[in-house]
Amino acid sequence: MINATLKQLSAALRSKKISSVELTQLYLDRIAALNPELNAYITVNPDMSLAQARGADAMLANGNAQPLTGIPIAQKDIFCAKGWRTTCGSKMLHNFTSPYDAHVISQFNHAGAVNLGKTNMDEFAMGSSNETSYFGTVKNPWDRARVPGGSSGGTAAAVAARLCAAATGTDTGGSIRQPAALCGISGLKPTYGVVSRYGMIAFASSLDQAGPMARSAEDLALLLNTMAGFDERDSTSLQRDQEDYARDLSKPLAGLRIGLPKEFFAEGLSNDVAQAVEAAIAEYKKLGASVVDISLPNSRLSIPVYYVLAPAEASSNLSRFDGVRYGYRAPEYTDLADMYEKSRAQGFGTEVKRRIMIGTYVLSHGYYDAYYLQAQKIRRLIAQDFVEAFKQCDVIMGPTSPTTAFKLGEKGDDPVQMYLSDIYTIAVNLAGLPGMSIPCGFGANNMPVGLQVIGNYFTEAQMLNVAHQYQLATDWHTRQPSGI
Amino acid sequence: MQWEIVIGLEVHTQLSTNSKIFSGASTAFGAESNTQADAVSIALPGVLPVLNKGAVERAIKFGVAVGAHIAPRSVFARKNYFYPDLPKGYQISQFDLPVVGQGALTIQVEPLSGNAQPYEKVVRITRAHLEEDAGKSVHGESQGVTGIDLNRAGTPLLEIVSEPDMRSAAEAVAYAKTLHTLVRWIGICDGNMQEGSFRCDVNVSVRHPGAELGTRREIKNLNSFKFMQQAIDYEVQWQIDTLENGGKIQQATILFDPDTGKTHAMRSKEDAHDYRYFPDPDLLPLEISQQWIEEVKEDMVHQVGQLPHEWIEELTSRYGLSTIDARSLINEPRTPSVFISATRAALLNGESENQSQAAKLAANWIINEFLPQQLAAREDFPEVEFVEGVAGDTIGHLIRLMRDGTINAKAAKEIHRELWDRAREVKFTRHGGTYADVDQLIDERGLKQVSDTGAIEKIVDEIIAANPAQVAEYRSGKDKVFGFFVGLVMKASKGKANPAQLNEILKRKLAA
Repeated sequence: MINATLKQLSAALRSKKISSVELTQLYLDRIAALNPELNAYITVNPDMSLAQARGADAMLANGNAQPLTGIPIAQKDIFCAKGWRTTCGSKMLHNFTSPYDAHVISQFNHAGAVNLGKTNMDEFAMGSSNETSYFGTVKNPWDRARVPGGSSGGTAAAVAARLCAAATGTDTGGSIRQPAALCGISGLKPTYGVVSRYGMIAFASSLDQAGPMARSAEDLALLLNTMAGFDERDSTSLQRDQEDYARDLSKPLAGLRIGLPKEFFAEGLSNDVAQAVEAAIAEYKKLGASVVDISLPNSRLSIPVYYVLAPAEASSNLSRFDGVRYGYRAPEYTDLADMYEKSRAQGFGTEVKRRIMIGTYVLSHGYYDAYYLQAQKIRRLIAQDFVEAFKQCDVIMGPTSPTTAFKLGEKGDDPVQMYLSDIYTIAVNLAGLPGMSIPCGFGANNMPVGLQVIGNYFTEAQMLNVAHQYQLATDWHTRQPSGI
Repeated sequence: MQWEIVIGLEVHTQLSTNSKIFSGASTAFGAESNTQADAVSIALPGVLPVLNKGAVERAIKFGVAVGAHIAPRSVFARKNYFYPDLPKGYQISQFDLPVVGQGALTIQVEPLSGNAQPYEKVVRITRAHLEEDAGKSVHGESQGVTGIDLNRAGTPLLEIVSEPDMRSAAEAVAYAKTLHTLVRWIGICDGNMQEGSFRCDVNVSVRHPGAELGTRREIKNLNSFKFMQQAIDYEVQWQIDTLENGGKIQQATILFDPDTGKTHAMRSKEDAHDYRYFPDPDLLPLEISQQWIEEVKEDMVHQVGQLPHEWIEELTSRYGLSTIDARSLINEPRTPSVFISATRAALLNGESENQSQAAKLAANWIINEFLPQQLAAREDFPEVEFVEGVAGDTIGHLIRLMRDGTINAKAAKEIHRELWDRAREVKFTRHGGTYADVDQLIDERGLKQVSDTGAIEKIVDEIIAANPAQVAEYRSGKDKVFGFFVGLVMKASKGKANPAQLNEILKRKLAA
């Protein structure tokens, strides 16, 4: 049952082979057994999950079931869920129970899915290893001495360890794709604006995008069908016709043009990752695709641009965490300024403070033009590179991350080394394009490698088709870590 | 040493939308603390702003009314600072790309002292931008604790910024009053200054005529025209004294204390915030099409007819009123039509309304009788949209009856008062009376003038006979005694003698 696809689970639920309560309990038992070591979940609430499962069983009995009805889904702890503690991985919100549902949560609720729990993450989604979480590091199920990636590391570990049927993540600079790659699962960051950000705690508003994380492209399509859609509560949500993201899954790939950016296969890419990615490209050629060499000349500027813009937005987005209305407040203070300073000094972790300071600096009088405005200009150039590239190809492929999962603590002292693990993913966020990662083999130490697929705007259905056809031809995505 | 005063204003007008600028929470004033603070108002994690179209429409109306350029694309920016009543830690405002660009407002200045004549002046408007209001800190309700009320947080404001074009407190007050009339006129702001719907920040500096601009100090949050004038007067004198004593003015934000009549510094430039403005990534640029502007313009014409300056032009050129009278008649959008109805009904046979005596009389009546009644009634009936005890044509009827000699002014005033009282009794749900009621009152109370020359002559004869000493005095050249006779005749006729006839008869008989 724990290796079943969402489609198979849905069929089992409808045919009463298993009830949602039984399925939910099965996962709750697995979480109870494995989570103490993996630490993939921050909060589980069996009472609430089982209550939802009973509701789902009623829907199934009444014949009102939708494709995800009764299926236990884990939610990244960045989504506000009514009645659930919602921490965003931070001490600042360690005691915050949300009084309302994020759009993504209510979409799953309407679909009759079961909220299985809130998954661990880097604090305020700032990190690439899950080591910045106030609730402790998450262990990579493939090697518990290694990181799961971040910031959606808890979700990636939970999916890989079969602690949920599927889950959600968010991606600001690679936070869905990089942990998906490092944990050997599939993850999709949709085009900016496809999934409403309402109720998703903001890190960098112009880059943040929610997306599904699961064990296959087929599952991703089903999840995205529920998550996507216009929401008037998010002004950046796009008003488009509802589409079925699974509609093209079975299309053959003959004639597909794959662009390979030379910048993604240059210095800094480790050999084991390069080999796995090249093997995947070879597989695609067998499936009828052709390869085009392309260039994304400005992509080398992605990291500096990102580390100006994302902290700038974050420094402002995180101002609301001031200890006045909710969240952490320092136990002792002398006056208002002291309350702010102590609450924020004690409530935020080091990486969050670092980014708030960078962001505050680049927005300051006298520096704004040189940093923020300049970064915005380069952001447009980076997006323009992709426009040119997509004149020559249908999808772009390359590695998701330059290395496989690194050891816990290995990059903890060197933020720049940590930032470099998102070197291939960040440009996609800056351009607002959809990107995904699918498992494509194993590297040194038998750790998973992810293949990144970047599509043109709103081509999620095509990307899922491209991924699904590969997953029909290979079995990397079905491999599972031992000891789970 | 001669000093020139330089003043510019920033006025925060609260826009009259039902819901907040970025959420659906109510904007009604006076609710229990925090009952109008929804998830967006208290800035829960994850919430997002959605722009209220009604706020944009009101900004467009203002732009149209002051002949300003309306930006086809404007941008919301975040103004970052920490304060407990600012829940997000930033205010959403507009910075380098505001929705309304340069415009102008013509003001009528009535100098506050001396015999100087009223004059007109054009004040340039630099810009007007949309932003959200903050909440309120509530001090002193419980000891040692400051409360926060976020009902007001997110209320839409249009901040209207003028050029430093004003040269006296009188000009600043005239500008603020004209703006106050305009925003109520076009229905974008209720103008309630006690409730903070119209708040003025006044930038004041002084210089020698022709010199560079002096350093300014900004008087924050003035919520009455009287305080504005007092604050400017005090501040100007303080700045002049400081400079003449060899001191320097430091740029500062200051507050006016109405109890002491003095200004004091709130913060100096050194503690000025670096607001770290940047475009709000949660909101798309605001795009306004020419078509939308045209639609708003059409709506506005439909709702309020002409704008104040258009009315002034019409009332002065067509009806021959003075600018001051015309300004008095535009206290609210419906008053000019009261005037026009009154003028038409006051016409005598064959008379045209253009530049007529009827127009002048109607204007005087509305200014001296109708508006004071309206002002008093408005305080007692704040819920009534337009307080009108008597319709314009009924006023005109009264005026015509005076003009044709049926009643005199005293009687007309009495009837007018009576009609207002009757309207009050029904809480202004209808007018106090019609033509028929006027005619009935005249009959019932015997207010018709005595125009029977025989009757007047009889009274005059009796009075002359009874007062030989005063008659002798008059005949010896003391014209002043004439008034004495008029009074006696009026008294004897119980006030109903037609004054013109009385004068004529009295003169004739005294001369004999």
